[in-house]
Amino acid sequence: MIRAFGIIGIALLAGCSEKPVDEAAFGIAPENIRSGYEFLTAETQALQNDDFANPGLLWVQTGQGLFQDGGCAACHNDPGTEFRSVASTFPALDPQSGKLINLEGRINLCRTRHQSLPELPYESDDLLALTTFVKSRARGGTIDYQITDALQPHFAAGQNYFYSKRGQFNLSCNQCHDENAGAKMRGDTVSQGHINGFPAYRNDWQTLGSSHRRFEACDIAVRADPPALGSQTYLDLEVYLTARGNGLTSESPAIRR
Amino acid sequence: MRNIRLSVPDNAKSGDVIELKAMIRHDMESGYRVNIQGQTIARNILTFFECRFDDNVIFSADFHPGVSANPLLKFHMRAQKSGTLTFEWTEQTGQIFTKTAALAVLE
Repeated sequence: MIRAFGIIGIALLAGCSEKPVDEAAFGIAPENIRSGYEFLTAETQALQNDDFANPGLLWVQTGQGLFQDGGCAACHNDPGTEFRSVASTFPALDPQSGKLINLEGRINLCRTRHQSLPELPYESDDLLALTTFVKSRARGGTIDYQITDALQPHFAAGQNYFYSKRGQFNLSCNQCHDENAGAKMRGDTVSQGHINGFPAYRNDWQTLGSSHRRFEACDIAVRADPPALGSQTYLDLEVYLTARGNGLTSESPAIRR
Repeated sequence: MRNIRLSVPDNAKSGDVIELKAMIRHDMESGYRVNIQGQTIARNILTFFECRFDDNVIFSADFHPGVSANPLLKFHMRAQKSGTLTFEWTEQTGQIFTKTAALAVLE
């Protein structure tokens, strides 16, 4: 048993020496950053380009209804202007509690603090619809997410998760999405793993899902035990990946495989 | 309440061929999938779609378990007079989802 721990310890040390945190934070040079859109087939791209055929807009429509009827519009009366830069501002630290929250968390804070309503469960249809509606106001804008000193620990934790091997396949995120982006994995083209299109409609799911659901799907695919959606681990990873996608266009609700 | 999206031109010239598009939010659960406990997820699909212009059927379709979730339909009609288009989906349970759109034909 002690010996087994020793081997794990060495493996961890070896993992750290491969990618120290203070080295270049991202495995892809800024000029080589490509959206997941560019790794899709022409047919799937056409679905995203068509503002009627994109099924993600069903959730935008639902979210808009919830936004108007659920009381959000009483404060946020001009969502088109107010949420224009929302893709570059979340995840953020809540000034009151100091906790890291993403857009889903911000919507739930609005509900509990200002509306005396219960939180919506993560990945519930209403929360997805509201998030997608708000995020879609930022569609077409360039992502420029700044890591402040206060966000730095979360960024480092997310980076650590990205470079840590896990699961029975013993793979880390960067092995696919930095080192093998563009290569084929069976019938699929491996993307760079950006989250600029999320919440996105995935043909695989036949429904719309959040970036955290996408993280979970990746973790399950390498046969790891995934953390919960909305957990601190995934929030930190979202911080890292949002910054990693700086310069991309916000596409949510995008179409992904 | 099912979410339905329609695309119908606001107006058309008499004799024009116009494109109609309709999408409905539906899981189209095929009945072939199993859940995490290994039990079959019961089939629940839309089985029939019909589009009527006033009282005349202009397009209809049977749906089967192979149809994707949130099915999108595109079809065409020749605009001849103003009227009401009715888009109607029937679920296997017999429940009907309907949305209408007005079509104005200019002379």
